[in-house]
Amino acid sequence: MTKLPYLPETPSQTAGPYVHIGLTPNALGNAGIYPQDLGISPIRDGAKGERITIRGTVTDGAGMILRDALIETWQADAEGLYPAPNEARGQADPNVTGWARVIADFDSGQWTLNTIKPGSVPHTSGGTMAPHISLWVVARGVNIGLQTRIYFEDELAANKKCPILARIEHKDRMRTLLAKKTGNGEYWFEVKLQGEDETIFFDL
Amino acid sequence: MADAPVRGPLVARDRLWHPPAYAPGYKTSVTRAPSRALVAAPSTLSEETGPAFGQDMLGELDNNLILNFTGQPAIGERIIMHGRVQDDQGRPVPGALLEIWQANAGGRYRHKKDGYAAPLDPNFGGCGRTVTNAEGRYEFLTIRPGAYPWPNGPNDWRPMHIHISVFGSGFGQRLITQMYFEGDPLIARCPIVNTIKDGSAIEQLVAPLDMSAAIPMDCLAYRFDITLRGRRQTFFENRPEGL
Repeated sequence: MTKLPYLPETPSQTAGPYVHIGLTPNALGNAGIYPQDLGISPIRDGAKGERITIRGTVTDGAGMILRDALIETWQADAEGLYPAPNEARGQADPNVTGWARVIADFDSGQWTLNTIKPGSVPHTSGGTMAPHISLWVVARGVNIGLQTRIYFEDELAANKKCPILARIEHKDRMRTLLAKKTGNGEYWFEVKLQGEDETIFFDL
Repeated sequence: MADAPVRGPLVARDRLWHPPAYAPGYKTSVTRAPSRALVAAPSTLSEETGPAFGQDMLGELDNNLILNFTGQPAIGERIIMHGRVQDDQGRPVPGALLEIWQANAGGRYRHKKDGYAAPLDPNFGGCGRTVTNAEGRYEFLTIRPGAYPWPNGPNDWRPMHIHISVFGSGFGQRLITQMYFEGDPLIARCPIVNTIKDGSAIEQLVAPLDMSAAIPMDCLAYRFDITLRGRRQTFFENRPEGL
């Protein structure tokens, strides 16, 4: 039989505990190499849309809060357009970069994302994905970056029609993807790596 | 050769080629591994798109770890780390962001959580970045990192390694990995290396000595090619019949 010529993807290895040296050296205190860290904010002044702050933690299966987690976030602008060179549907808000790196606080483990609420994004099925922020979570002990999404508990109607949320067989777990509204423009989102109320992780 | 496509659905990851989340030889993974199955679906625009990184954001010394911390040279064996970023069909990926970080020549990281006995090198920061050129190629000048002990088994040591973060054209291609050095006897003993089950996958992370790229009387070279998750290209669109 003919062997297909595809090359295998380079295998993943953990980011380890020292990921900040490479990805957020200024936040670590290693200033002087780069003028600023990449991904310090997904928006600039003047970004259109509702300003929101999402705070959260990453916890392990023993309930311990990780202090060495790094999360990358990627989202559309308020109209649902991605600020990407490969976005074919139109030009996104120039004040939205869409991408950010947030790190767990070295002492408390809490992370904070200041952004705008993204719009809905079309899905190839013809349906519409509810407003969401894609997350990629790495840390010591995480062998391959974990994909998950932040959806919003106050987007009930959109969430009901989202074709990705519809893929979830255990409906009671869907709440693990919903950011809880804790105030005006403020949300709380916990990433639970394992155990009771384990966050849904995706293979997309 | 044509460049790797920047649009289109991502090919599913081979989860048996990558290390599993739960790998008890690497103890920290035991409580940090999801126990439920991943919810799988074809990629969407959210994974197929990604931010752009241009050469213009780079500083002159960003890929020179020997000089980029203080301007004075770091201590250690001078090496070039170089290679090519490609897709699953071997097509070059230009514009990929590569960020690396590593211990110094004594095996010590410039990080508040590292208290290993080896001293910090005042002239070594330990990070660098670059963006692949039109041929998908990249290059770093650095020093060979030292091996170091870590708390896992009673006497576990990390082989010499450089951490690499790779950002292609889609957020769903995001990858962090580690490069090891040909001939290091600690590779086979490393619990983190051995989270990978397939020996050929481990081989993919071991950079061979590349004497053709070494500069005589200056530095050795190691070659590390990186393959990103591919994109499917077809003339048939994925949509309901009749539309």
